[in-house]
Amino acid sequence: MYVAVKGGERAIDNAHAWLAEERRGDTSIAELSVEQIREQLGLAINRVMAEGSLYDPDLAALAIKQSRGDLIEAIFLIRAYRTTLPRIGHSHPIDTGKMACDRRISATFKDVPGGQVLGPTFDYTHRLLDFKLAAEGELPEAPIRETEAQDMPRVTDYLNREGMIQTEERTEGTPPDLTRQPMEYPANRPLRLQALTRGDEGFVLSMAYSTQRGYARNHPFVGELRIGKVAVEMDISALGFSIDIGEMTVTECETVNQFTGSKSEPPQFTRGYGLVFGQTERKAISMALVDRALRWKELGEDNVGAPAQDEEFVLAHSDNIQATGFLEHIKLPHYVDFQSELELVRKLRAEVMAASQKEAAE
Amino acid sequence: MTDLTPDQKARQAWLSLLAKSPPAALAEHCDALGTLPDHTWLQPPETGAVMVRGRTGGTGAPFNLGEMTVTRCALTLETGEVGHGYVQGRDKSHAQRAAVVDALMQTDRANEVRRAVLTPLETAMIAAKSARAEKAAATKVDFFTMVRGED
Repeated sequence: MYVAVKGGERAIDNAHAWLAEERRGDTSIAELSVEQIREQLGLAINRVMAEGSLYDPDLAALAIKQSRGDLIEAIFLIRAYRTTLPRIGHSHPIDTGKMACDRRISATFKDVPGGQVLGPTFDYTHRLLDFKLAAEGELPEAPIRETEAQDMPRVTDYLNREGMIQTEERTEGTPPDLTRQPMEYPANRPLRLQALTRGDEGFVLSMAYSTQRGYARNHPFVGELRIGKVAVEMDISALGFSIDIGEMTVTECETVNQFTGSKSEPPQFTRGYGLVFGQTERKAISMALVDRALRWKELGEDNVGAPAQDEEFVLAHSDNIQATGFLEHIKLPHYVDFQSELELVRKLRAEVMAASQKEAAE
Repeated sequence: MTDLTPDQKARQAWLSLLAKSPPAALAEHCDALGTLPDHTWLQPPETGAVMVRGRTGGTGAPFNLGEMTVTRCALTLETGEVGHGYVQGRDKSHAQRAAVVDALMQTDRANEVRRAVLTPLETAMIAAKSARAEKAAATKVDFFTMVRGED
Protein backbone atom coordinates (compact mmCIF):
# COMPACT_ATOMS: atom_id res chain seq x y z
CA MET A 1 0.00 0.00 0.00
CA TYR A 2 1.31 3.44 -0.89
CA VAL A 3 -0.01 6.37 1.11
CA ALA A 4 0.70 9.87 -0.15
CA VAL A 5 0.94 12.33 2.69
CA LYS A 6 0.22 16.00 2.20
CA GLY A 7 0.12 18.94 4.57
CA GLY A 8 3.62 20.41 4.67
CA GLU A 9 2.85 23.25 2.29
CA ARG A 10 2.14 25.99 4.82
CA ALA A 11 5.07 24.99 7.01
CA ILE A 12 7.39 25.01 3.98
CA ASP A 13 6.19 28.44 2.82
CA ASN A 14 6.68 29.85 6.30
CA ALA A 15 10.11 28.24 6.60
CA HIS A 16 11.20 29.89 3.34
CA ALA A 17 9.84 33.26 4.44
CA TRP A 18 11.85 32.99 7.63
CA LEU A 19 14.91 31.89 5.65
CA ALA A 20 14.64 35.11 3.60
CA GLU A 21 14.48 37.15 6.79
CA GLU A 22 17.44 35.35 8.34
CA ARG A 23 19.41 35.81 5.12
CA ARG A 24 18.91 39.55 5.38
CA GLY A 25 19.97 39.59 9.04
CA ASP A 26 19.78 42.73 11.14
CA THR A 27 18.10 45.36 8.95
CA SER A 28 19.89 48.16 10.81
CA ILE A 29 23.07 46.91 9.04
CA ALA A 30 23.41 47.88 5.37
CA GLU A 31 22.48 45.17 2.88
CA LEU A 32 25.24 43.57 0.79
CA SER A 33 24.93 44.19 -2.93
CA VAL A 34 25.76 41.54 -5.50
CA GLU A 35 28.46 43.90 -6.83
CA GLN A 36 30.06 44.17 -3.37
CA ILE A 37 30.21 40.39 -3.12
CA ARG A 38 31.66 40.13 -6.63
CA GLU A 39 34.36 42.72 -5.97
CA GLN A 40 35.24 41.99 -2.34
CA LEU A 41 34.80 38.24 -1.96
CA GLY A 42 36.67 37.39 -5.15
CA LEU A 43 38.12 34.09 -4.01
CA ALA A 44 34.70 32.80 -2.93
CA ILE A 45 33.44 33.81 -6.38
CA ASN A 46 36.30 31.89 -7.95
CA ARG A 47 35.54 28.74 -6.02
CA VAL A 48 31.85 28.89 -6.93
CA MET A 49 32.70 29.40 -10.61
CA ALA A 50 35.26 26.58 -10.63
CA GLU A 51 33.11 23.98 -8.88
CA GLY A 52 29.88 25.26 -10.39
CA SER A 53 31.73 24.83 -13.69
CA LEU A 54 30.39 28.09 -15.09
CA TYR A 55 32.51 31.21 -15.52
CA ASP A 56 30.23 34.16 -14.69
CA PRO A 57 31.28 36.30 -11.70
CA ASP A 58 27.92 38.10 -11.45
CA LEU A 59 25.98 34.85 -11.22
CA ALA A 60 28.44 33.45 -8.68
CA ALA A 61 27.98 36.59 -6.55
CA LEU A 62 24.20 36.27 -6.70
CA ALA A 63 24.45 32.59 -5.75
CA ILE A 64 26.64 33.41 -2.74
CA LYS A 65 24.16 36.03 -1.58
CA GLN A 66 21.20 33.70 -2.02
CA SER A 67 22.97 30.83 -0.23
CA ARG A 68 23.92 33.03 2.76
CA GLY A 69 27.58 32.28 2.04
CA ASP A 70 27.18 28.49 1.97
CA LEU A 71 29.48 27.89 -0.99
CA ILE A 72 28.34 24.34 -1.73
CA GLU A 73 24.74 25.60 -1.82
CA ALA A 74 25.92 28.41 -4.13
CA ILE A 75 27.66 25.87 -6.39
CA PHE A 76 24.42 23.87 -6.42
CA LEU A 77 22.53 26.98 -7.62
CA ILE A 78 25.06 27.56 -10.39
CA ARG A 79 24.95 23.93 -11.51
CA ALA A 80 21.16 24.09 -11.64
CA TYR A 81 21.25 27.34 -13.61
CA ARG A 82 23.76 26.06 -16.16
CA THR A 83 21.48 23.19 -17.09
CA THR A 84 19.00 25.79 -18.37
CA LEU A 85 21.51 27.32 -20.81
CA PRO A 86 21.65 26.14 -24.41
CA ARG A 87 25.17 25.04 -25.41
CA ILE A 88 26.37 27.51 -28.02
CA GLY A 89 29.54 25.61 -28.79
CA HIS A 90 33.04 25.01 -27.52
CA SER A 91 36.15 27.13 -27.50
CA HIS A 92 39.59 26.47 -28.88
CA PRO A 93 41.79 25.16 -26.06
CA ILE A 94 42.92 28.24 -24.16
CA ASP A 95 46.58 29.14 -24.63
CA THR A 96 48.00 29.52 -21.15
CA GLY A 97 51.40 30.24 -22.68
CA LYS A 98 49.97 33.63 -23.72
CA MET A 99 48.57 34.39 -20.28
CA ALA A 100 48.79 37.96 -18.98
CA CYS A 101 50.23 36.80 -15.65
CA ASP A 102 49.32 38.43 -12.34
CA ARG A 103 51.45 35.81 -10.66
CA ARG A 104 54.00 33.37 -11.91
CA ILE A 105 56.36 31.45 -9.70
CA SER A 106 58.57 28.41 -9.99
CA ALA A 107 59.75 26.39 -7.03
CA THR A 108 62.32 24.58 -9.17
CA PHE A 109 64.25 27.33 -10.97
CA LYS A 110 65.16 30.52 -9.18
CA ASP A 111 66.28 32.34 -12.32
CA VAL A 112 63.50 31.26 -14.64
CA PRO A 113 63.17 33.58 -17.66
CA GLY A 114 60.44 36.11 -16.96
CA GLY A 115 61.23 35.98 -13.26
CA GLN A 116 59.42 35.11 -10.07
CA VAL A 117 56.35 37.31 -9.97
CA LEU A 118 54.53 37.03 -6.65
CA GLY A 119 51.27 38.78 -7.53
CA PRO A 120 48.50 39.43 -4.98
CA THR A 121 49.30 36.50 -2.69
CA PHE A 122 48.62 35.51 0.92
CA ASP A 123 52.08 33.88 0.96
CA TYR A 124 54.54 35.58 3.31
CA THR A 125 51.73 37.25 5.27
CA HIS A 126 51.95 36.52 8.98
CA ARG A 127 48.40 35.21 9.24
CA LEU A 128 47.68 37.66 12.02
CA LEU A 129 44.24 39.19 12.08
CA ASP A 130 44.41 42.69 10.67
CA PHE A 131 42.14 44.82 12.79
CA LYS A 132 42.63 47.77 10.47
CA LEU A 133 40.22 45.99 8.11
CA ALA A 134 37.52 46.25 10.76
CA ALA A 135 37.72 50.03 10.46
CA GLU A 136 36.86 51.82 7.27
CA GLY A 137 39.71 53.54 5.52
CA GLU A 138 41.41 54.34 2.27
CA LEU A 139 44.01 51.92 1.00
CA PRO A 140 47.36 53.01 -0.31
CA GLU A 141 47.71 52.22 -4.01
CA ALA A 142 49.72 49.15 -4.94
CA PRO A 143 53.19 50.09 -6.18
CA ILE A 144 53.93 49.77 -9.87
CA ARG A 145 57.07 49.13 -11.87
CA GLU A 146 57.78 49.47 -15.55
CA THR A 147 57.21 46.24 -17.38
CA GLU A 148 59.85 44.63 -19.53
CA ALA A 149 58.83 43.07 -22.79
CA GLN A 150 59.84 39.59 -21.73
CA ASP A 151 58.23 36.27 -22.49
CA MET A 152 57.31 33.90 -19.75
CA PRO A 153 58.20 30.53 -21.24
CA ARG A 154 56.87 27.42 -19.58
CA VAL A 155 59.27 25.98 -17.05
CA THR A 156 58.56 22.51 -18.44
CA ASP A 157 59.67 23.67 -21.92
CA TYR A 158 62.88 24.73 -20.27
CA LEU A 159 63.42 21.20 -18.88
CA ASN A 160 62.34 19.66 -22.16
CA ARG A 161 65.40 21.04 -23.89
CA GLU A 162 67.51 18.53 -22.00
CA GLY A 163 64.97 15.76 -22.56
CA MET A 164 64.74 15.53 -18.80
CA ILE A 165 60.98 15.57 -18.66
CA GLN A 166 58.17 13.68 -20.27
CA THR A 167 56.63 15.70 -23.12
CA GLU A 168 52.99 16.60 -23.62
CA GLU A 169 52.31 15.86 -27.27
CA ARG A 170 49.80 18.20 -28.82
CA THR A 171 46.81 16.32 -30.20
CA GLU A 172 43.44 17.47 -31.44
CA GLY A 173 40.08 15.74 -31.26
CA THR A 174 36.93 15.99 -29.20
CA PRO A 175 37.44 15.31 -25.50
CA PRO A 176 34.77 13.39 -23.57
CA ASP A 177 32.32 15.61 -21.66
CA LEU A 178 30.98 14.32 -18.36
CA THR A 179 28.14 16.86 -18.48
CA ARG A 180 26.84 15.10 -21.58
CA GLN A 181 27.72 11.43 -21.12
CA PRO A 182 27.75 9.49 -17.85
CA MET A 183 31.20 8.79 -16.41
CA GLU A 184 32.78 5.61 -17.63
CA TYR A 185 35.74 3.80 -16.16
CA PRO A 186 38.53 3.55 -16.97
CA ALA A 187 38.48 7.27 -17.73
CA ASN A 188 41.10 8.84 -19.97
CA ARG A 189 43.19 11.76 -18.77
CA PRO A 190 41.05 14.52 -20.37
CA LEU A 191 37.97 13.13 -18.62
CA ARG A 192 39.82 12.86 -15.31
CA LEU A 193 41.00 16.47 -15.61
CA GLN A 194 37.44 17.67 -16.30
CA ALA A 195 36.20 15.89 -13.19
CA LEU A 196 39.06 17.19 -11.04
CA THR A 197 38.80 20.84 -12.13
CA ARG A 198 35.14 20.95 -11.02
CA GLY A 199 35.72 18.68 -8.02
CA ASP A 200 35.36 19.78 -4.42
CA GLU A 201 38.37 21.77 -3.28
CA GLY A 202 38.45 20.10 0.12
CA PHE A 203 38.25 16.61 -1.34
CA VAL A 204 40.89 17.21 -4.01
CA LEU A 205 43.14 18.87 -1.40
CA SER A 206 42.84 15.90 0.95
CA MET A 207 43.53 13.41 -1.84
CA ALA A 208 46.62 15.42 -2.84
CA TYR A 209 47.73 15.63 0.78
CA SER A 210 47.40 11.87 1.15
CA THR A 211 49.96 11.41 -1.65
CA GLN A 212 52.35 13.75 0.15
CA ARG A 213 51.97 11.76 3.34
CA GLY A 214 53.00 8.58 1.60
CA TYR A 215 49.92 7.03 0.03
CA ALA A 216 51.29 6.81 -3.54
CA ARG A 217 54.01 9.34 -2.97
CA ASN A 218 55.15 11.01 -6.19
CA HIS A 219 57.66 13.63 -5.02
CA PRO A 220 56.10 16.72 -6.54
CA PHE A 221 57.78 20.06 -7.09
CA VAL A 222 55.76 23.01 -8.27
CA GLY A 223 57.57 23.49 -11.56
CA GLU A 224 55.37 26.43 -12.30
CA LEU A 225 52.29 28.16 -11.01
CA ARG A 226 50.75 30.93 -13.05
CA ILE A 227 47.61 32.99 -12.55
CA GLY A 228 46.27 35.51 -15.03
CA LYS A 229 43.97 36.32 -17.88
CA VAL A 230 43.64 34.38 -21.10
CA ALA A 231 41.47 35.07 -24.12
CA VAL A 232 38.81 32.53 -25.05
CA GLU A 233 38.54 31.98 -28.78
CA MET A 234 35.74 30.19 -30.63
CA ASP A 235 34.95 29.39 -34.27
CA ILE A 236 31.86 31.23 -35.44
CA SER A 237 30.34 29.26 -38.31
CA ALA A 238 28.23 32.19 -39.53
CA LEU A 239 31.41 34.23 -40.01
CA GLY A 240 33.74 31.51 -41.24
CA PHE A 241 36.46 32.46 -38.77
CA SER A 242 37.15 32.49 -35.06
CA ILE A 243 36.88 35.43 -32.66
CA ASP A 244 37.63 36.00 -28.99
CA ILE A 245 34.31 35.58 -27.22
CA GLY A 246 35.67 36.70 -23.90
CA GLU A 247 38.51 36.39 -21.44
CA MET A 248 38.91 34.73 -18.09
CA THR A 249 41.29 34.41 -15.19
CA VAL A 250 42.62 30.92 -14.65
CA THR A 251 45.21 29.27 -12.42
CA GLU A 252 47.60 26.75 -13.92
CA CYS A 253 49.95 24.48 -12.00
CA GLU A 254 52.50 22.15 -13.48
CA THR A 255 54.24 19.81 -11.15
CA VAL A 256 57.55 18.15 -11.89
CA ASN A 257 57.69 14.71 -10.34
CA GLN A 258 60.49 12.28 -9.78
CA PHE A 259 60.31 9.15 -11.89
CA THR A 260 62.91 6.44 -11.75
CA GLY A 261 61.94 4.95 -15.08
CA SER A 262 60.05 1.87 -16.16
CA LYS A 263 60.37 -0.86 -18.77
CA SER A 264 59.40 1.55 -21.52
CA GLU A 265 60.64 4.89 -20.19
CA PRO A 266 64.12 6.04 -19.10
CA PRO A 267 64.51 7.85 -15.77
CA GLN A 268 63.13 11.36 -16.25
CA PHE A 269 60.77 13.79 -14.63
CA THR A 270 57.05 13.34 -15.15
CA ARG A 271 54.26 15.87 -14.89
CA GLY A 272 51.01 16.53 -13.11
CA TYR A 273 48.67 19.21 -14.35
CA GLY A 274 46.13 21.50 -12.74
CA LEU A 275 44.03 24.14 -14.48
CA VAL A 276 41.14 25.82 -12.69
CA PHE A 277 38.86 28.84 -13.27
CA GLY A 278 39.80 31.97 -11.33
CA GLN A 279 42.55 32.59 -8.80
CA THR A 280 42.35 29.16 -7.19
CA GLU A 281 45.89 28.21 -6.35
CA ARG A 282 45.32 25.59 -3.63
CA LYS A 283 42.91 23.75 -5.90
CA ALA A 284 45.18 23.88 -8.96
CA ILE A 285 48.17 22.48 -7.02
CA SER A 286 45.96 19.77 -5.49
CA MET A 287 44.59 18.89 -8.91
CA ALA A 288 48.10 18.50 -10.32
CA LEU A 289 49.13 16.12 -7.52
CA VAL A 290 46.03 13.97 -7.92
CA ASP A 291 46.37 13.99 -11.72
CA ARG A 292 49.92 12.69 -11.32
CA ALA A 293 48.88 9.96 -8.87
CA LEU A 294 46.14 8.78 -11.24
CA ARG A 295 48.67 8.39 -14.08
CA TRP A 296 50.35 5.37 -12.47
CA LYS A 297 49.12 2.95 -15.11
CA GLU A 298 50.32 4.82 -18.21
CA LEU A 299 53.69 5.41 -16.55
CA GLY A 300 54.08 1.75 -15.64
CA GLU A 301 54.20 2.39 -11.90
CA ASP A 302 52.95 -0.03 -9.26
CA ASN A 303 49.47 0.27 -7.92
CA VAL A 304 50.20 0.39 -4.20
CA GLY A 305 46.51 0.40 -3.39
CA ALA A 306 46.50 4.04 -2.33
CA PRO A 307 43.15 5.89 -2.48
CA ALA A 308 44.62 8.59 -4.75
CA GLN A 309 45.52 5.93 -7.33
CA ASP A 310 41.98 4.57 -7.44
CA GLU A 311 40.41 6.48 -10.28
CA GLU A 312 36.88 5.35 -9.60
CA PHE A 313 37.16 6.18 -5.92
CA VAL A 314 38.57 9.64 -6.64
CA LEU A 315 36.34 10.64 -9.54
CA ALA A 316 33.12 9.17 -8.16
CA HIS A 317 33.52 11.09 -4.89
CA SER A 318 35.03 14.37 -6.02
CA ASP A 319 31.79 16.10 -6.98
CA ASN A 320 30.37 17.93 -4.00
CA ILE A 321 26.92 18.41 -5.56
CA GLN A 322 26.49 14.68 -6.16
CA ALA A 323 27.85 14.02 -2.68
CA THR A 324 25.72 16.54 -0.85
CA GLY A 325 22.63 15.58 -2.83
CA PHE A 326 22.90 11.99 -1.76
CA LEU A 327 24.01 12.80 1.75
CA GLU A 328 21.35 15.41 2.47
CA HIS A 329 18.48 13.47 0.99
CA ILE A 330 18.49 11.15 4.00
CA LYS A 331 17.06 13.96 6.15
CA LEU A 332 13.96 14.17 3.94
CA PRO A 333 10.90 12.09 4.88
CA HIS A 334 11.53 8.35 4.69
CA TYR A 335 8.46 7.47 6.76
CA VAL A 336 7.39 4.53 4.63
CA ASP A 337 10.91 3.07 4.28
CA PHE A 338 11.36 3.38 7.99
CA GLN A 339 7.96 1.85 8.72
CA SER A 340 9.00 -1.29 6.84
CA GLU A 341 12.32 -1.41 8.71
CA LEU A 342 10.38 -1.09 11.96
CA GLU A 343 8.13 -4.00 11.01
CA LEU A 344 11.14 -6.09 10.09
CA VAL A 345 13.02 -5.43 13.33
CA ARG A 346 9.84 -6.15 15.36
CA LYS A 347 9.41 -9.44 13.55
CA LEU A 348 13.06 -10.43 14.07
CA ARG A 349 12.85 -9.54 17.74
CA ALA A 350 9.68 -11.58 18.15
CA GLU A 351 11.34 -14.57 16.52
CA VAL A 352 14.45 -14.29 18.70
CA MET A 353 12.37 -13.85 21.86
CA ALA A 354 10.21 -16.84 20.98
CA ALA A 355 13.28 -18.98 20.32
CA SER A 356 14.96 -18.04 23.61
CA GLN A 357 11.72 -18.64 25.59
CA LYS A 358 11.43 -22.03 23.98
CA GLU A 359 15.07 -22.77 24.85
CA ALA A 360 14.53 -21.71 28.48
CA ALA A 361 11.42 -23.87 28.71
CA GLU A 362 13.35 -26.90 27.49
CA MET B 1 40.63 27.68 -40.66
CA THR B 2 42.22 28.98 -43.85
CA ASP B 3 44.04 32.27 -44.11
CA LEU B 4 41.80 35.23 -43.62
CA THR B 5 41.45 38.19 -45.96
CA PRO B 6 42.49 41.60 -44.57
CA ASP B 7 38.80 42.51 -44.26
CA GLN B 8 38.07 39.36 -42.28
CA LYS B 9 41.08 40.02 -40.05
CA ALA B 10 39.87 43.53 -39.34
CA ARG B 11 36.39 42.26 -38.52
CA GLN B 12 37.82 39.51 -36.34
CA ALA B 13 39.72 42.15 -34.38
CA TRP B 14 36.72 44.41 -33.75
CA LEU B 15 34.39 41.52 -32.90
CA SER B 16 36.97 40.21 -30.41
CA LEU B 17 37.26 43.66 -28.88
CA LEU B 18 33.49 44.06 -28.61
CA ALA B 19 33.09 40.60 -27.01
CA LYS B 20 35.49 41.51 -24.20
CA SER B 21 34.26 45.09 -23.69
CA PRO B 22 32.60 46.13 -20.44
CA PRO B 23 28.84 46.60 -21.10
CA ALA B 24 28.73 50.05 -19.50
CA ALA B 25 31.66 51.31 -21.60
CA LEU B 26 30.19 50.07 -24.87
CA ALA B 27 26.83 51.64 -24.01
CA GLU B 28 28.48 54.95 -23.21
CA HIS B 29 30.49 55.06 -26.44
CA CYS B 30 27.46 54.01 -28.50
CA ASP B 31 25.59 57.02 -27.11
CA ALA B 32 28.07 59.18 -29.01
CA LEU B 33 26.71 57.71 -32.25
CA GLY B 34 23.26 59.15 -31.61
CA THR B 35 20.17 57.01 -32.04
CA LEU B 36 21.15 53.54 -33.15
CA PRO B 37 19.92 52.68 -36.66
CA ASP B 38 16.78 50.59 -37.15
CA HIS B 39 17.36 46.93 -37.69
CA THR B 40 15.54 43.64 -37.95
CA TRP B 41 16.56 40.55 -36.03
CA LEU B 42 18.01 37.60 -37.85
CA GLN B 43 18.51 35.99 -34.48
CA PRO B 44 17.28 37.79 -31.39
CA PRO B 45 19.69 37.88 -28.40
CA GLU B 46 20.11 34.52 -26.75
CA THR B 47 22.22 33.65 -23.72
CA GLY B 48 23.95 30.31 -23.71
CA ALA B 49 27.04 28.50 -22.54
CA VAL B 50 30.28 27.84 -24.34
CA MET B 51 32.36 24.90 -23.17
CA VAL B 52 35.87 26.21 -22.64
CA ARG B 53 38.70 23.79 -23.26
CA GLY B 54 42.21 23.50 -21.97
CA ARG B 55 45.07 21.16 -22.85
CA THR B 56 46.65 18.48 -20.68
CA GLY B 57 49.96 19.82 -19.46
CA GLY B 58 49.11 23.13 -21.15
CA THR B 59 50.18 21.82 -24.56
CA GLY B 60 48.78 18.28 -24.95
CA ALA B 61 45.34 16.83 -25.62
CA PRO B 62 42.21 19.02 -25.28
CA PHE B 63 39.96 18.59 -22.23
CA ASN B 64 36.78 20.32 -21.09
CA LEU B 65 37.55 22.90 -18.42
CA GLY B 66 34.05 24.27 -17.82
CA GLU B 67 31.53 26.59 -19.38
CA MET B 68 31.22 30.36 -19.63
CA THR B 69 28.16 32.47 -20.37
CA VAL B 70 27.94 34.11 -23.79
CA THR B 71 25.13 36.13 -25.36
CA ARG B 72 24.79 36.33 -29.11
CA CYS B 73 22.49 37.83 -31.73
CA ALA B 74 22.42 38.73 -35.41
CA LEU B 75 20.63 41.59 -37.14
CA THR B 76 20.26 43.37 -40.48
CA LEU B 77 20.32 47.11 -40.97
CA GLU B 78 17.79 48.69 -43.31
CA THR B 79 20.66 49.15 -45.76
CA GLY B 80 21.26 45.38 -45.76
CA GLU B 81 24.45 44.97 -43.70
CA VAL B 82 24.43 41.97 -41.34
CA GLY B 83 25.85 42.46 -37.88
CA HIS B 84 26.81 39.71 -35.42
CA GLY B 85 27.05 40.28 -31.71
CA TYR B 86 28.93 37.86 -29.45
CA VAL B 87 29.65 39.06 -25.94
CA GLN B 88 30.77 37.47 -22.71
CA GLY B 89 28.07 37.35 -20.04
CA ARG B 90 24.28 37.58 -20.07
CA ASP B 91 23.60 41.20 -21.12
CA LYS B 92 21.29 41.15 -24.13
CA SER B 93 21.48 44.85 -24.89
CA HIS B 94 25.26 44.54 -24.81
CA ALA B 95 25.08 41.86 -27.52
CA GLN B 96 22.67 44.04 -29.49
CA ARG B 97 25.02 47.03 -29.37
CA ALA B 98 27.94 44.84 -30.43
CA ALA B 99 25.95 43.61 -33.44
CA VAL B 100 24.91 47.12 -34.43
CA VAL B 101 28.53 48.27 -34.23
CA ASP B 102 29.60 45.27 -36.32
CA ALA B 103 27.00 46.14 -38.95
CA LEU B 104 27.85 49.86 -38.95
CA MET B 105 31.54 49.02 -39.43
CA GLN B 106 30.52 47.65 -42.84
CA THR B 107 28.87 50.94 -43.86
CA ASP B 108 30.32 54.32 -44.79
CA ARG B 109 30.05 55.28 -41.11
CA ALA B 110 32.93 52.90 -40.33
CA ASN B 111 35.47 55.64 -39.57
CA GLU B 112 33.08 57.47 -37.29
CA VAL B 113 32.26 54.24 -35.42
CA ARG B 114 35.92 53.34 -35.09
CA ARG B 115 36.70 56.76 -33.64
CA ALA B 116 33.74 56.93 -31.30
CA VAL B 117 33.53 53.31 -30.12
CA LEU B 118 36.34 50.95 -31.04
CA THR B 119 39.35 53.18 -30.44
CA PRO B 120 38.27 54.27 -26.94
CA LEU B 121 37.39 50.68 -26.00
CA GLU B 122 40.76 49.48 -27.18
CA THR B 123 42.62 52.28 -25.42
CA ALA B 124 40.84 51.52 -22.15
CA MET B 125 41.53 47.79 -22.50
CA ILE B 126 45.24 48.33 -23.15
CA ALA B 127 45.46 50.77 -20.22
CA ALA B 128 43.75 48.32 -17.85
CA LYS B 129 46.00 45.51 -19.00
CA SER B 130 49.19 47.48 -18.59
CA ALA B 131 48.12 48.82 -15.17
CA ARG B 132 47.81 45.21 -13.99
CA ALA B 133 51.07 44.23 -15.64
CA GLU B 134 52.85 47.10 -13.86
CA LYS B 135 51.51 46.01 -10.50
CA ALA B 136 52.63 42.45 -11.24
CA ALA B 137 56.09 43.73 -12.28
CA ALA B 138 56.39 45.50 -8.91
CA THR B 139 56.04 42.08 -7.22
CA LYS B 140 58.86 40.51 -9.22
CA VAL B 141 61.62 39.23 -6.99
CA ASP B 142 65.08 40.74 -7.47
CA PHE B 143 67.41 38.11 -6.08
CA PHE B 144 70.75 39.14 -4.73
CA THR B 145 73.40 36.97 -3.21
CA MET B 146 74.79 37.56 0.23
CA VAL B 147 78.47 36.80 0.43
CA ARG B 148 79.27 35.12 3.72
CA GLY B 149 82.09 33.28 5.41
CA GLU B 150 85.73 34.21 5.76
CA ASP B 151 87.18 36.38 3.02
